[in-house]
Amino acid sequence: MIVAHRKNIQDLKSLLAQHKRILVLGCGTCVTVCLAGGEREVGMISSALRIAYKLDEQEHDILELTIERQCENEFMEQIIENVQNVDAVLSLACGAGVQAMAERFPNTPVYAGLDTKFIGILQEQGIWTEKCAACGKCVLGEYGAVCPITRCSKSLLNGPCGGARDGKCEVSPDTDCGWQLIYDRLKAIGQLDRILEPAPMHDWSKSHEGGCRKIVREDQRIVVK
Amino acid sequence: MDFEPKILALCCHYCAYAAADLAGSMRAQYPPNVRVLRLPCTGKVDTEYIMKAFEAGVDGVIVAGCLEGGCHFQEGNLRAKKRVGLVRDLMDEIGLEKDRLEMFNLSSAMGQTFADIVVTMTDRIKKLGPNPLRREAAKVLEGISR
Repeated sequence: MIVAHRKNIQDLKSLLAQHKRILVLGCGTCVTVCLAGGEREVGMISSALRIAYKLDEQEHDILELTIERQCENEFMEQIIENVQNVDAVLSLACGAGVQAMAERFPNTPVYAGLDTKFIGILQEQGIWTEKCAACGKCVLGEYGAVCPITRCSKSLLNGPCGGARDGKCEVSPDTDCGWQLIYDRLKAIGQLDRILEPAPMHDWSKSHEGGCRKIVREDQRIVVK
Repeated sequence: MDFEPKILALCCHYCAYAAADLAGSMRAQYPPNVRVLRLPCTGKVDTEYIMKAFEAGVDGVIVAGCLEGGCHFQEGNLRAKKRVGLVRDLMDEIGLEKDRLEMFNLSSAMGQTFADIVVTMTDRIKKLGPNPLRREAAKVLEGISR
């Protein structure tokens, strides 16, 4: 899932200060699961904003709403009226959701209420960790399903470097050495021989370095003539 | 006009609520500023409940759960403790005095402790003054009483 974290309330307060009627819009998918932008967080952030504005003796109407997904037009269609009745939208979706909302409602200012952090998993209750950098050319099969791009701080395809100590990365003692994880995993599944094969250079043109990416599937398209 | 705070007490059914009942049976005296809301466990306390209470104008919130290790549902009170911590941080962030909110732990046999908690919080909130969100309303009331 996409993992995000809420922005500071005071920053949001100043960002939205020029608008009188604001819709705080939650998203029911990834950001609900990572407890950053679901219905519950919409309630909490809206309350915090109302209190913060009232403390400054400013009058703002803060409305609350959550839709299933902000990154799909089908769900955005349900809230056309709600958006038309406000001056601005504070979107508690990931970066994709915020931009989808802005594209769907070109005349309404849309602001991001969260910082989108990474594609990751719930490692344990209260801890989310990054697992995928969406580099566009997956090499997990060659590395025992431990991603060298994401898990190694230096994204080394031919590791490890000389900075690992006791299975931890030199970048931070809290960070596991990605290459230690790759070694342990390959050993556990009896594929240590893979580590002897030098890996060619990664094709970064498939990642964001190649520009904004797009997938076109003609079999899925509905072209209305 | 003296300021009489409104304090919301979110009380666990198995401890604080029973302790409040006992305080009554014991004829223990405590200020009438508290409004008790019974919950099945403080683990039911959502951060949003507390925020909405302040938004609605209460001056203070007490979250009263079982002694640590004594939760009827094992760890509801420990979860509530973390949520209260989260809301206190958020109150700090938005500029609302975080001392208006506090969690207390007691057992159902501690009637006098319940009374003492209400006294402590009432004194504290009186010193802090009304919830700033209804200070304007308080000023109006003050004008009327004169």
